Formats: sequence, structure tokens, C-alpha cells
Amino acid sequence: MDTFIEAAIKVVAVFALLLVNTLLLVWAERKIVADMQNRIGPNRAGPFGIFITLADGLKLFFKESITPRRAELGVYLAAPAMALLPALLIFLVVPIGRPFHIGDRLITMQATDLNVAVLFVLAISSIAVYAIVLAGWSSGSKYPLLAGVRATAQAISYETAMALAIVPVIVFASTQAGGDAGNGLMSLSRIVELQSGSFGGFVPAWFGIALIPSFVIFAIAGIAETNRAPFDLVEAEQELVGGFHTEYSAIRFALFFLAEYINMFNISAIAVMLFFGGWNGPTFDSVLPAFVSGLLPVAWFMLKTWVLLFGFIWIRATLPRLRYDQLMQFGWKRLIPASLAWLVLFVVVTGFKSFGAPWS
Amino acid sequence: MGLFDEYLKPLAGFKVTFSQMFKKRVTTQYPEEKRPKPQRFHGRHVLNRYADGMEKCIGCELCAGVCPARCIYVRGADNDSDQPVSPGERFGFVYDINMLRCIFCGLCVEACPTEAITMTQLFEISVTNRADAIYDKDALLVGEDGTPNHPLGESPFIAIEELRAADGWMRATAPAGRAAYEGVVAWTPSAGVGLRPAEIGQSASAEEDV
Repeated sequence: MDTFIEAAIKVVAVFALLLVNTLLLVWAERKIVADMQNRIGPNRAGPFGIFITLADGLKLFFKESITPRRAELGVYLAAPAMALLPALLIFLVVPIGRPFHIGDRLITMQATDLNVAVLFVLAISSIAVYAIVLAGWSSGSKYPLLAGVRATAQAISYETAMALAIVPVIVFASTQAGGDAGNGLMSLSRIVELQSGSFGGFVPAWFGIALIPSFVIFAIAGIAETNRAPFDLVEAEQELVGGFHTEYSAIRFALFFLAEYINMFNISAIAVMLFFGGWNGPTFDSVLPAFVSGLLPVAWFMLKTWVLLFGFIWIRATLPRLRYDQLMQFGWKRLIPASLAWLVLFVVVTGFKSFGAPWS
Repeated sequence: MGLFDEYLKPLAGFKVTFSQMFKKRVTTQYPEEKRPKPQRFHGRHVLNRYADGMEKCIGCELCAGVCPARCIYVRGADNDSDQPVSPGERFGFVYDINMLRCIFCGLCVEACPTEAITMTQLFEISVTNRADAIYDKDALLVGEDGTPNHPLGESPFIAIEELRAADGWMRATAPAGRAAYEGVVAWTPSAGVGLRPAEIGQSASAEEDV
């Protein structure tokens, strides 16, 4: 029974965190992009316009949902939910803070400590593309259909690079662990634990510092996975009206929108887990009261994630959208070869270091 | 390094967007704060009165004649000699301006021989139906004390004060816009506004006086 209550609380907490974070993220994006374009941005609803997302959400909630006559109704209605669910699921495996004790009970700061969390993340994020494809197809309209086709091609191209970028992380984690797999090397909590030390005493032992190429590839592929600028061909306004959500309105559109921003947060959180030491950071245990130092890791996690989110937004404000053939060329001719080369290089070097050269 | 540089070129844009974040904004928070308008701003018209309360309009229809948009409709009527509305034989009996057709060129102001119609700095004249856009004499004519009317009344979006500010068009062209008249007050006092100050700064020599 305790386990059930704990799980229920965690799931609700994750849900609340994602929603509140999205409210802030949408606002922050509009504000930052406005700043970068020398505008002011939302400033009407609440101080600095911070409630603008809430107002927009309420508006969308109460608007009429228009269903196109030629829509494939069942799929059309299911697609928004299919977009949101994977986005919510991914965050379940993300540890946002240091585990703590209530009595004898060890509470981890993640909904479930899956031992194949990395695979889970890759799998679920692949499922997310179904929502876009099906939304595009079931709308019974040509632009969404084109967007759906694009989404498939894009997702397949960039997922490969993303998975290949993660492999060196696992390999590196295994060398860092030195045979002590703990909860499984693909568990995000284990990966975060392995980054708690430091390289040579002063550089934090973040995998991203040792594996910069991996992070760069992961970041590019992550942007493409979340369909964000400059890889937002799926919703290229100039060519495809609204892309896959052209025919969606009101709350159904809001679900797609929500999913997009939660995915942004997810990808940033995963990147923090894999490359930037997760919730690791100075907690000043000896100085601060236990309650504060227990929450500091969460703050570190949020801080790191938001730095990456800022990067997301910065990229959107700076780079123009790629042309479709450029997207494909970049994915297949640059990114995948680069990630393969880096993988081979890294594995060979690691092998030499671990087992010695085969000829010696 | 040549190829490497080529790949890094697109990254230069990141500096541009980041440095933009710290630049000063030029946006004005419009309904709350309003920019000072140019002196010769062409806003909504008003019909003026003399300081003694008499209407300046004499119903000559020159404004209607010169109007390129044909948006002014004037009918004159004979003054009752016991209770004259304007100092003259005739007065503007009907005076309508269709603000939807008006192009705010100010030719009516130029044509008016008695400075009866002038433009103000008020531009917030949006309406929710077309009929409201036709301003009749009640809406255009200033009160006995020179207070201008606004058909929509007080509202945060309407600065009644701007109705008091006459545009510079009249000042620039009266009389005849000649530089010799610079600094000379050459128009009659209006109710509420009084004697408008003479405009300066028309010619190069006057620039120095400012």
C-alpha cells in the first residue's frame, strides 16, 4: 500500500511539475525571443506577463473544437492524446534530485528507477512521432499530410544519430563504474551517480566534458526530435500552413502545443542527466539545514535544464529553418557519419585503455 | 582551417541575437503612455467658437467643396438677427463629417476662411458601427467654454486633452504661410484655447530664435 501511495504521489508530482514548467517555458520563450528581436513580448497578464500562458490555455480550453468533415474521426481524436502521453511518460524515469529517507523508507526523486531508462526514453520518443504522422494523415487535408510524411522521415533520420550519440555515454559510464553496474548502466539514476565525482579534483565529472562530440550530436538530434527551429519543417508555416496541426483547434491544438514544450523540457532534462551530471552540484551539507541541502540538487537540476532550454530558445531566435533537402543531407551525410566515426573512435580508444592494444 | 571556419560561420548569428537582449527597447506602452505627437499631426476635426461663444463657421461650404474625399456635408442657414449663431449673415446649420471617408489631408482647414474647422491631435476615433463614424455638428462643435466633445466620452483609450491641441497646419499656413509672418499671431482667439501662440521655426533664420 505504501508503495502504491508513493507512486501515486510521484506521478501527480511529475504531472504538476511538467505542467507548471510548461507554463513558465512558453512564457520564457516568448519573452526571450522578444528580447532577442528587440521587442518587449507579453507584458499584460500578471507581472511581466507571466500568466500569458495561463490566459492562452484558458482561451483554448473554452474555444470550439472544429472537426474537418473529411477527418478520420477516431484517429483524429486520438492523435493529440498520443502526442501528449509519450511526453508525459518520458519524465517518469528522470531523477530530479538526491534520494532521501522518510523513516526507513528510501524515497528516490523519480517516479520509477527503470534499469533500461535510456532505451525507454529512445523508444517512447520514437512513439511520439506516430502522433504527428497520424494527426497529419487523419486530418484529411493535404498540408497536414505532407507534414506527417516529413515528420516520419525526419524522426527516422535523427533518431539514429541520437541513439548513436548516447552509446559512448553508456560505454564511458561502464568504464567509470569499473564493473559496479549498480542499478544497471542504462538507469538514469546510476548514470547521474557516476557523474558525482570530479576529473582531477576540480572539473566536475560530467560526461559532457569528456564526450563533447556526443553532446553536440545529441543536442542537434534532440532539436530535430522535438521539431523545433531550425528543424521545424513539420510545422513550417510558410509552406504547410500549420503543418500537422493545421486542422486542429482549441483544446486539441493545446495538447499538441503542450506536448511540444514538455518534449523540449524532457530532451533538456535527459541531456542534463547524460552529459551534465544531473542533479549533482555543491549542496553544502555541513553548513545548511538538511531540508535546504536536500532540495538544492533539485535546484541544480532545474538550473542546468533551464540553461539548456535557454539554448533551445536562443537557437530558435537565431537560425533560419533548413530546407527539406538540407535537413535530409545534414542528417544522413553529416550527422550520422559523424556520430558513427565518433563512436568507433571512442570505443576503440576505450578498448585500448581497458584491455591494451591487441598487438601488444 | 578554411573548411572549419566555413562551418562556424552560421554561429556568428548567435552573438547578434544575444547582444540584442541587452539593448534598450524603443517600444512605447501605448494606452498608458503616449508619445508626444508632431505639432502638425492631423487628427480629428473640431469646429471652433470665438472667445465670446459665437460659432466661427459661416456655412460657406468651402470645406465641403475642397474635400477630395467628399466626406463633408454642410448646409448653411440665415442667422436670426436677434439671436445670431455666428457673426455674419449665415451660419453652419448642418455640419457632418464622415470619418470613414476622411483622409485627414487638412484641406478643409486650409480652405476655411474663418478658422472654424481645425484639426486636433486626437486619433482614437474607432467605432463599432458605421453610423457612429459620421460626426454631426453636435459632436464636432466645441462647447461654449471651448471644451471639445467626444461621442464616446471618457475612456482610458481616449485622451480628451488631445482635442484641445490644435494642429500646426493652420498655424503654418495662416496667413498664406509666408515667412514674413513668422512669430506674428495672425488668427482670432478661440473659446477654451484663446489666442494660439505664434508658430516659429518655419525658415532658416527663425531656427536660431528657438
